[in-house]
Amino acid sequence: MDPNRHILIIGNGIAGVTLARHIRKRDSSVKITLVSGESKYFFSRTALMYVFMGHMKFEHTQPYENFFWGKNRIELIEEWIESVDFAQKSAKFQSGETLTYDQLVIATGSKPNKFGWPGQELKGVQGLYSKQDLELMEENTKDVRRAVIVGGGLIGIEMAEMLAYKKIPVTFLVREKGFWRNVLPKEESELISKHVREHHIDLRLETELVEINDDGNGKVKAIKTNHGEEIPCEFVGLTAGVTPNVDFLRNSKLEVNRGVVVNSKFETNIPDVYSIGDCAEFKEKPAADRKNIEQVWYTGRMHGETLALTLTGQATDYQPGVWFNSAKFLDVEYQTYGTVPADWDGDEFQSFYWEHRSNKVAFRMLMDSNGNIVGVNNFGFRLRHEFFDKAIKEKWTGQKVISKLEKANFDPEFFAPFYIEIQKAFLKEYGGGFKPEKRSFIQKLFGASV
Amino acid sequence: MKVIQKIGLILFLIGLGVFTAIPFLGTYKLSQEMVSANTKDIHEEKMLEILTPIYDQSYSSNFQFLSEFNQEFGTYNDALKAEAKWDEVIWDDYSFSLGKAALSSPVKDNPWLWMFLSIGLAVLGGLLYNLPKYKDEPEGIKNNGIFHSKMKNRGWLGMLTGSYLILFYVILYWFPAYLVNLVAMVDPLSMILSGNPASQWFLYGFVYTLAIIVMGIRMFRKYRGNKYQQLRTASVMFFQTAFAFLIPEILVLLNQPYFDFKNIWPLDYDFFYSYQLDSFLSGGSVGMFMLIWGILLIIIGVPVFTYFFGKRWYCSWVCGCGGLAETVGDPYRQLSDKSVKSWKIERYLINGVLVLAVVMTILTIANYFSDFWLLGEATNQLHSFYGFAIGSAFAGVVGTGFYPFMGNRVWCRFGCPLAAYLGIVQRFKSRFRITTNGGQCISCGNCSTYCEMGIDVRWYAQRGQNIVRSSCVGCGVCSAVCPRGVLKLENGPEEGRINELPIIIGNDSVKINA
Repeated sequence: MDPNRHILIIGNGIAGVTLARHIRKRDSSVKITLVSGESKYFFSRTALMYVFMGHMKFEHTQPYENFFWGKNRIELIEEWIESVDFAQKSAKFQSGETLTYDQLVIATGSKPNKFGWPGQELKGVQGLYSKQDLELMEENTKDVRRAVIVGGGLIGIEMAEMLAYKKIPVTFLVREKGFWRNVLPKEESELISKHVREHHIDLRLETELVEINDDGNGKVKAIKTNHGEEIPCEFVGLTAGVTPNVDFLRNSKLEVNRGVVVNSKFETNIPDVYSIGDCAEFKEKPAADRKNIEQVWYTGRMHGETLALTLTGQATDYQPGVWFNSAKFLDVEYQTYGTVPADWDGDEFQSFYWEHRSNKVAFRMLMDSNGNIVGVNNFGFRLRHEFFDKAIKEKWTGQKVISKLEKANFDPEFFAPFYIEIQKAFLKEYGGGFKPEKRSFIQKLFGASV
Repeated sequence: MKVIQKIGLILFLIGLGVFTAIPFLGTYKLSQEMVSANTKDIHEEKMLEILTPIYDQSYSSNFQFLSEFNQEFGTYNDALKAEAKWDEVIWDDYSFSLGKAALSSPVKDNPWLWMFLSIGLAVLGGLLYNLPKYKDEPEGIKNNGIFHSKMKNRGWLGMLTGSYLILFYVILYWFPAYLVNLVAMVDPLSMILSGNPASQWFLYGFVYTLAIIVMGIRMFRKYRGNKYQQLRTASVMFFQTAFAFLIPEILVLLNQPYFDFKNIWPLDYDFFYSYQLDSFLSGGSVGMFMLIWGILLIIIGVPVFTYFFGKRWYCSWVCGCGGLAETVGDPYRQLSDKSVKSWKIERYLINGVLVLAVVMTILTIANYFSDFWLLGEATNQLHSFYGFAIGSAFAGVVGTGFYPFMGNRVWCRFGCPLAAYLGIVQRFKSRFRITTNGGQCISCGNCSTYCEMGIDVRWYAQRGQNIVRSSCVGCGVCSAVCPRGVLKLENGPEEGRINELPIIIGNDSVKINA
């Protein structure tokens, strides 16, 4: 490999930036360019909602100070790329200028799904993914009396929270029988649905969008649901998932399906062209419990870490470890480790579920037919990643996991020891040769009760 | 905003307005008896003579009175200074005590009523404003709108508040004679507690304590559902009220030395000053206990507690400066600068102050035990420089007045020598660290934004590295505001506490980290 080769990375999200950083860690001579039309400096996409709600300013979402890029000789170009000439190894900017590369990495992320609803291009209708979307939302939420959100996933609930901050009443249309029910089991989904309603959000389950109506001036006036109901509104949030942002690469020599098609080394069908992050589509699933397209912050980061090895001379296959994820639904935090599908057959897994009477704290552990842990969901309290990564990898029995649950607790000091209640409930249901933990002296002293 | 909160805000503003107006009320008339009663024997005769022109003259404001007073007093001193007759110059400032004596005002006549109208209404208003906060909302920390606020994001309200605080501190430290009316107002309370009339420091301590209590109650509302935040807030409220305010006053009532048992050198920079040592040594067994207690805190308390719990045991659970920062200052915590540059400045500045405090104290002690043979009175100049630049200007004016500009921990971060000492122990020999939860960080930046000490917490969290920083006061807010459950304040074995080359778990493709 030419030590002075030029690696061009399109997209400065978590995948592209992680890649650039890790290449630089391992190779001090290669030339690295990061291109993004969205924002010159890397920011945390997941934090856009906090900017809207005044928790942070936009610059607070930037994990690295501006000098970082120059110091690490990562060149930043703030422009949109219009097309790529793979034969000439050259990318063309919207301005008409071109930039040649030796190796190209496509890390262009996603864009909000739009399913061809009538009226989806009206003013006041939008998704939420990019910095520009955020700016548009600031604009679109002035003088709004009611808003409708379509799609019950993570961005949908973020949008609901953002609108609630502006005291805009929200109707939330969810196709499934419960909130995020395609990912969460029934009980968890109900717990979150209840919490959403507690925040005075008008949650409509099993309700779909049919069309969006025009007020005559190209602005949204109302929407119609599949139940024939018309809901007047001045803002519609489309949050029914995202899709790879790769349209500018279609009709080229690059193989593009839903995303850019890659193998386990993120190689595309064209030599020296790679793709990582939300926009990459694996020919074969990276693991049995993984999808062909991984659209999560953490996977984007792992893609970047892994490809950096390949691009610095250590060809490496992407081997994801134990799955994990997290989110926050209004006030309720959620973490998951390992595999907990939304539904399963009764004999496939054994399930243990505990819920606190507040309906805001819950824990589920799935075990295989031998009683070994497969995965957990936890709500309203925090569990230690390292603990479950090990337990799941080493296939601990459910009994062993629960007996050591105090070690897994990641809640701040003095918090209620939920793990004791979980241990008691588990012993009642499954038995096991252990005793529940006792409350510590400090916990008794400060009356930490569950 | 709920009606009751609006009423609270109005009452608070009325109280603040009355408090601000009180210094301007009343008339001043000085008599010979007052001068005799309020001057030291060695100055009495001279003062009686100097002030002759203003006896029994009625002045309608403190400005007029103090201007005349300073005129007569200054003329006398200036003449001596011009002739370099330094021993005859009167260095004591009698303007406060004589002003207080000369004052007659409705406030002095009716102190309890005016105390209610000023401090009382402000406290009542503050409570009415804070108690209903987040009522009928589910538990959880709401930082909504902080950066859209005129108060909390260096808007005009913040600027105004900061300017008011700065002005208050400047007057309090260097022109207390203008505050005699307010001090007279709290005289009866001081008489009850210590049996002595109030000084400006009693007024300050009283207002300071009430501010911590009212804003501490706000903390209980704001951090509902977070036991850690509530307990440490209760702790600073207790230590301020009992240890910093009540106990020292009661000690005086019992004819013991005034002493704050939780104030530790070098924050308590005059602990080894000759007048302090004299008061300990002449204070019998209680005085001796205070001296030994204070020394034990320095040499055993700080290292041992910090080893087990980190510097948080002091800075965000016990300390008075910390107490104010964590309650009154909490709305401004997001204004601290997180840049690497400010971290560099911080390290030079705070350790510089520590060195200065240590050098000054060593000279002072050496001087004391050599019966002032070593440096004579020269340490006095060092003391007055430190007291002016560090004790007053840095800790007070900048430390609190700059809350709305630079965040609530400017003093603790850049100036406090005790924080520097605690920080050195915390960095190099402690079980305390903030643990990051594997790969769960999404780099959102809430932790860094709300870190009052300007630590870029995210820098560590996103690479899976424990946070071990000398400046961390362990307030736990980074953990509280994290939306993904990534951060946890922990005390644990020293082994593996500082992990320089962390691996973010969850990706089996990467075996070792470069």
